[in-house]
Amino acid sequence: MTEFKHHPKPEIVEVDTDILLIGGGMSACGAAYEAVRWGNQAKMRITMVDKAATDRSGAVAQGLSAINTYLGEHSPEDYVKYVRNDLMGIIREDLVYDLGRHVDDSVHLFEDWGLPVWKTDAEGKGHDGSYKGVPLREGGKPVRSGKWQIMINGESYKVLVAEAAKKALEENRKITGEAQNLFERVFLVKLLMDPKEENRVTGAVGFSVRENKVYIFRANAVLSATGGCVNIFKTRSVGEGQGRAWFPVWNAGSNYAMMAQAGAELTMMENRFVPARFKDGYGPVGAWFLLFKAQALNALGEDYCVTRLDEARKLYGKWADKLGTCVRNHMMMLDMKDGKGPIFMNTHTAMARLAQTMNPKEIKHLEAEAWEDFLDMTISQAGVWAANDIEPDKKPSEIMPSEPYLLGSHAGCAGVWVSGPADFAPKEWCWGYDRMTTVSGLFTAGDGVGASGHKFSSGSHAEGRIAGKAMVRWVLDHKDYKPSHDQSADELAYEIFKPMETYAEHCKYTTAPDVNPEYVKPNMFQLRLQKIMDEYVGGITPWYMTSKTMLDEGLRQLVLLKEDSKKLAAADLHELLRAWENYHRLWAAEAHARHILFREETRYPGYYYRGDYPKLDDDSWRCFVNSKVDVKTGEWKVFKREYKQLVQDVDSHHGHTGR
Amino acid sequence: MPSFVITDKCDGCKGRDKTACAYICPHDLMKLDVGRMKAFNQEPEQCWECYNCVKICPQQAIEVRGYADFMPMGAKVLPLRGSDSIMWTVKFRNGTLKRFKFPIRTTPEGSIEPYKGLPEPKLADINKPGFFTHVGSGKQLPVPRK
Repeated sequence: MTEFKHHPKPEIVEVDTDILLIGGGMSACGAAYEAVRWGNQAKMRITMVDKAATDRSGAVAQGLSAINTYLGEHSPEDYVKYVRNDLMGIIREDLVYDLGRHVDDSVHLFEDWGLPVWKTDAEGKGHDGSYKGVPLREGGKPVRSGKWQIMINGESYKVLVAEAAKKALEENRKITGEAQNLFERVFLVKLLMDPKEENRVTGAVGFSVRENKVYIFRANAVLSATGGCVNIFKTRSVGEGQGRAWFPVWNAGSNYAMMAQAGAELTMMENRFVPARFKDGYGPVGAWFLLFKAQALNALGEDYCVTRLDEARKLYGKWADKLGTCVRNHMMMLDMKDGKGPIFMNTHTAMARLAQTMNPKEIKHLEAEAWEDFLDMTISQAGVWAANDIEPDKKPSEIMPSEPYLLGSHAGCAGVWVSGPADFAPKEWCWGYDRMTTVSGLFTAGDGVGASGHKFSSGSHAEGRIAGKAMVRWVLDHKDYKPSHDQSADELAYEIFKPMETYAEHCKYTTAPDVNPEYVKPNMFQLRLQKIMDEYVGGITPWYMTSKTMLDEGLRQLVLLKEDSKKLAAADLHELLRAWENYHRLWAAEAHARHILFREETRYPGYYYRGDYPKLDDDSWRCFVNSKVDVKTGEWKVFKREYKQLVQDVDSHHGHTGR
Repeated sequence: MPSFVITDKCDGCKGRDKTACAYICPHDLMKLDVGRMKAFNQEPEQCWECYNCVKICPQQAIEVRGYADFMPMGAKVLPLRGSDSIMWTVKFRNGTLKRFKFPIRTTPEGSIEPYKGLPEPKLADINKPGFFTHVGSGKQLPVPRK
């Protein structure tokens, strides 16, 4: 069916390009920057498509107060050990090492472009970004808030990265003569596959969020860099506050969904992140732990990381001693379940201790630093403090584990299985093009790359650049490729706009258009998904607990929800955006549930628990869990892949995670 | 903490090529009511409170009101973003006022020349490991120690 009977047929815009970048965040901007530098020499057309405005899109849209991955004086080997410890022993060490050896170059560029970076002077004193110190690339010393983190004044971090990417795209237009190669407010929702060549991407299709238009992009190489997945679980705040997600609420799992639908192999989709953050506002705790040396204690003043350690060792062995983020969460939750909460970050005692050696001016500066940590990246936490009359030097502040998130760039490693670096990756992890998925011509970066966490903002930019360069190579090696697709433009337009056609057809049947037996609106669809995930797949309500029997029932309900997704209805383009976002969330959620079901152990206590397999089991499960959807039947296959250690096992200090 | 638009201050960005808040919102929340020429937040329960609409509004017509499902009333956090720094005013529920000023960029807006002064790689060297900055300057990247 392709004929619009109720909704006016959208205009069809078709664009042919060589390299298509889906997304506009740190990864896509990095990809544009690097790809143009190489691709311009071969007059390649490079096109970026962002569902928002690139100046303020992606996870860094609000700003950041720190760059969490800057190696500086440390080795990539040490970086691998730190990431491996925090992610409970299962990472792609080739990808993590490769990221570590690349990332500083992006940080140096950020500083060149105008990012204020805090510096340590010759006397060892720290200064914020208004101080004119030696640039990092010339040996300037940053202010470290942890072994891997450096402090910045990052309100305009994304604006700067976007400006560089947009200028790069402009350079590309000058070479190719194309009129437009940056499309903002266009949401690409589905990858297009080549009908003649199996397992070969050929473009993507989506729509304008502003006009009644369908966009079809055909390309030789495609990057999907559309972030992680937020709001698939019931949120702790269920009214207006459900928008106050810890990770950006516009991360809708599009990467995971589009990749799964295209038949790309996913990895570690069972992994999730449950950040323990300042309660309700989800303000960052990293600087409080690392820079201000504050302690998180239960309401009785006990340190759960000490009192609960023996208990954690019994189930999780040596991994408990590494005190990874999930293990610390686990020990905190044990206290909470025993009624020993609230858990407090003792900001007041930390500031009092620091103030002992400071003059009044320095103390005032310290207070400003504490507030800036929020104002640069989680402004609402400053609002929570102001609304509760909390001054951090006078009162402690409550912390709380959040609802779960799926991501691959922060302290989690859900994502897609990709090809590693050719100069040292084991051959089974390398199929020629860095960060190419198992689908020919299809690349990803940042939150999209699985089994390689702790990249954060700088690492996502660097990984986008790695992918961008590899895509240029791919296009050079496949010069004669002619993209084509099975479905006609009219068929694609109908599929994309179906929720608006459904709404227009049925909305007059009832007197209140939100309540109608013929369709489901995107907001209720999302709440239904969140309820299933919360209750059966280890959300906040059952304290992150699940099991085979629970997952079987959850998956039964997810399958019904998937059937009902055909009845999603959108009254306008804004709801069409939400309809497709929530369809993507559903696919990401299903992948998450299927992977958790397959992994018969509790690998990430404090993130989720398998009640039927409460122990961590290295003998059977120190391996990757991967999955793939059969594109013909829609069936999921979930299977193991062997873990390989590339960097020797010497314990290093655990790092704390930021944001 | 959903954003809200003050009726008397908003002019719908008439006379500009686009409605600033609707242009910038990362989550497509800000919308222009063309009949009234006033912007509004069309889905407050999806607001991340990133303040990008507040920062960009040429009329300073947009503020943020604490999420009603958990925030005690009466506090306010307001930015004033310039070209090189941002000023914040934090008003507590009890009336306490705090002001902060932080740098936001060290270069003029729009001044970035993305490749200026950086090495230009040879396309023939694209198989070598590293970014154009490494390859173009002949820098070798390390590999894991055995």
